[in-house]
Amino acid sequence: MHELPITESILEISLRHARQANAKRVVGLYLVIGQLATVIDDSVQFYWDIIAKDTIAEKALLHFKRIPTTLQCLECQLQYNPVEDTFDCPDCNSTRFKIIKGNEFFLEAIDVE
Amino acid sequence: MPNRITVVESIFSANDKIALQNRASFDQAKVFSLNLMASPGAGKTSLVEETVKGLANRFHLGVIDGDIATSLDADRAAAAGATAIQINTGGECHLDAVMVQKALLKLVLDQIDLLIVENVGNLVCPASFKLGTHKNVLIASIPEGDDKPYKYPGIYQGIDVLVINKIDLLPYVPFRMDYFLRGVEILNPGAKTFLLSCRTKEGLEDWNAWISGQIDTTKRDKQSR
Repeated sequence: MHELPITESILEISLRHARQANAKRVVGLYLVIGQLATVIDDSVQFYWDIIAKDTIAEKALLHFKRIPTTLQCLECQLQYNPVEDTFDCPDCNSTRFKIIKGNEFFLEAIDVE
Repeated sequence: MPNRITVVESIFSANDKIALQNRASFDQAKVFSLNLMASPGAGKTSLVEETVKGLANRFHLGVIDGDIATSLDADRAAAAGATAIQINTGGECHLDAVMVQKALLKLVLDQIDLLIVENVGNLVCPASFKLGTHKNVLIASIPEGDDKPYKYPGIYQGIDVLVINKIDLLPYVPFRMDYFLRGVEILNPGAKTFLLSCRTKEGLEDWNAWISGQIDTTKRDKQSR
């Protein structure tokens, strides 16, 4: 829903790092998105095509790396990837857990020329 | 040949940086601040009104109202006795730290004890954007249904305080309180919870007493949180 400000932020970060490296062009971006971060790839790509136009990052390829959700059961300490529709521990059925992975949302690297 | 540069920077870093600046402004002026989130119609403005009415004789209250359009909410907060600033987001589905920072320029924080930021009615987007406030508060209301923690886990995970409003409607609508609270407990164990009704005033005393305590603590020690 808020992919436009997110995409603007991605553009700002990539242009800043490209400038620092005295790059002429940004040709690729590597985004890491956890499964729990409510971000939709297609929507980011849609806005990217519009807002990156006429910048040195125009036509840069967006690579999305999805991180599956990993939870740790607070009862039996098992680490597990929850299956659709339930967060319950597959071993002891506990509903108490902490999130180990899945909330990530960052720009890992850029390819520049 | 392209050259790869390692970045590793959070997409929300720009917003988070401004949120930290907002927090510093609140702490410096010893203002206790709340980010009030809820779906449309849950009772955000009603709770703001009741809080202002209940506390205006002892504290100075500031309200920043975020809406897509109109100043209806800020007008209600001002009528109740608060200094109110309206932000019209012009379509944006949430407030961000920059919008709040701009609104703060119109307030004299030193003259305020409590600042309530009333976010845009939405259970998805406001969860991602920190504003710098001390506490994130979510209002759930009985008619919305008891499945909301399960359907909107993101916002339930990120809050400090949950207010359940419109409890006077419990006899009239199907709402399994135990099912609802179990969902909250799964996502956010130990979240502070208030049950109240802005219409009948039931439970408001506890809410206002908690806020008063937080304001007093903030005044005593700005490093407290």
